[in-house]
Amino acid sequence: MQNELLTIQHLTTSFKIEDHYYAAVDEVSLSVKPNEVVAIVGESGSGKSALAFSIMGLHARAKSEGSIAFEGYNLNSLGPNELNKLRGKHIGMIFQDPLSALNPLMTVGDQIQEALILHQPNMSKKERKRKVIELLNSVGILQPDVIASSYPHELSGGMRQRIVISIAIANEPKLLIADEPTTALDATIQLQILDLIRKLKDDIGAGIILITHDIGVVAEMADRVAVMYGGQIVEIADIHTLLSDPRHPYTRSLLRSIPSADTPKTKLYSIQGVVPSLKHLPRQGCRFRFRIPWIGESSHEENPQMHELSPGHFVRCTCYQNFWFPGEEDIQNGAS
Amino acid sequence: MALLDIKDLKVHFYGRSGLLSRKKKPFKAVDGISFCIEEGQTYGLVGESGSGKTTTGRAIIGLNPLTSGNITFNGRDLTMERRRGKITFDRNIGMIFQDPYSSLNPKKRVLDIVAEPLRNFERLSPKKELAKVQQLLAQVGISADSIYKYPHEFSGGQRQRIGIARAIALKPKLIIADEPVSALDLSVQAQVLNFMKDIQKELNLSYLFISHDLGIIKHMCDQIGIMYRGRYVEQGSSDELFSNPQHIYTKRLLSAIPVKEPAEREKRAREREAIAEEFQTSYHRYFDQEGLAYPLQHIAGTHYAAAQGTGGR
Repeated sequence: MQNELLTIQHLTTSFKIEDHYYAAVDEVSLSVKPNEVVAIVGESGSGKSALAFSIMGLHARAKSEGSIAFEGYNLNSLGPNELNKLRGKHIGMIFQDPLSALNPLMTVGDQIQEALILHQPNMSKKERKRKVIELLNSVGILQPDVIASSYPHELSGGMRQRIVISIAIANEPKLLIADEPTTALDATIQLQILDLIRKLKDDIGAGIILITHDIGVVAEMADRVAVMYGGQIVEIADIHTLLSDPRHPYTRSLLRSIPSADTPKTKLYSIQGVVPSLKHLPRQGCRFRFRIPWIGESSHEENPQMHELSPGHFVRCTCYQNFWFPGEEDIQNGAS
Repeated sequence: MALLDIKDLKVHFYGRSGLLSRKKKPFKAVDGISFCIEEGQTYGLVGESGSGKTTTGRAIIGLNPLTSGNITFNGRDLTMERRRGKITFDRNIGMIFQDPYSSLNPKKRVLDIVAEPLRNFERLSPKKELAKVQQLLAQVGISADSIYKYPHEFSGGQRQRIGIARAIALKPKLIIADEPVSALDLSVQAQVLNFMKDIQKELNLSYLFISHDLGIIKHMCDQIGIMYRGRYVEQGSSDELFSNPQHIYTKRLLSAIPVKEPAEREKRAREREAIAEEFQTSYHRYFDQEGLAYPLQHIAGTHYAAAQGTGGR
């Protein structure tokens, strides 16, 4: 496929813990097209943020293997200076916590200007000022000149996130990575921020990687969804398929545990056990098997592979075939 | 009689400004709200950040002094105690905090964390105390041999359960849960919510459940109050509010809930636009000159909504 904007192949990012390297992102392959929103879903510890940071080359002490092809570059083999030319210009990033992503000692206007100075050095001072106001306008800030001269602590969470977004889009990136962009925000503000990201996609045709644990956000935004567990993608499909016909036990478990406004007040499903830490993650066989112990070992593959169920819908391991939830035995027995 | 009865609760904060210490206008965090919670029920308090929902919870337990209004709990009038601004705690009210990472003292062992309310209100021999803590931990599903561990050795969900063990140590009648699961992952969230429902039945607990997540509120609550800038805009049973919202702010909150099916995106987007437009055009029917809600008006049953002004002022 030639029209991919970003193609990640066999990316493995490992961190050193007590003299050993442990892979937080393990053989991940993923691609993003222009004007496409790819959501990456998983719980904390699934490796989704580690993946985002790997694409941006923000892990200082990690060992990263595999290729990340973007615009004819392999991001994984670039040095920090070359990366700096791309980051902030062609690739923008929105961080989860806007307060820690902003410099508390600089006005937000200056911080937006910084992005422009770095990547568009020919711009005159006057032009830059105008651009800052224009950017603030485009993220829906009502008094851009007043806001530009305020400091991050003077703004609300939603406002700060808008500032972070305006920095991320200052140079009209081709790829935007949003790491839990609305997690800290109220429902109505969340909606405004999501609308903003959607508008960005439509206006500049950027490809977007949206990292979240909120299935609602995914249903709102995504074209395709990759579900991560234990550093691997366990299921990937277009949004319609993933929500209407989820196959991997982990995906199904996640979808089952959401309390929503229109489900009855029955007991919520909760996954047994906890997400294993990086060090204690089982590396052999299906990584999810210890959290569904009622499924026999023989259902799992020894070396779980991705299986294509329909075009574009991949599921890891064979355990999806005979999977059932506790309490569903009767249905299972009746059906077989 | 209701377990907790709140009448016209007001919590105002008086800041001072400038060198001359001129008195500023008070910030009205909570501005005249009334509700009651029946025994064994869950009352949900919804609103955006800054709406005063957390302040309300803190005023009830005694962490913020009242400006005016009445709090009757369990047949006892707490008003005077709460107004003096001196912190007095009622052993029948427990609290679960939002962030399980910062609400447990990292330098204390689980034993000391869970035993703290016992040490404050009950005099137990060390042996009895230990047995009690072990029993509490068993109740929340934490193994008894963890009592000498420190909070960092637990996962988020486990920590929140330790917080719950502490909250139920004195067998309270009411627990104020301020965003108890918003810092947790989905499946852990489900675990904690299920668990809260289980102990509710077991101990006949009432909850004041504070959250901005309407999905969770609907799942947990019998009665719901929706706050906006310190006032109620609407109050009613979960069915009444979700199926027949009256106030434009409630409608806007409900429409902001993410869609469940991607196929609904366009339909929902149109609904949202319509509501946003209504919000603009009929703003003055729903909010007074200061942008605050009008007093509540009875709709039907337990359903109340902020009255509508005359329109166009």
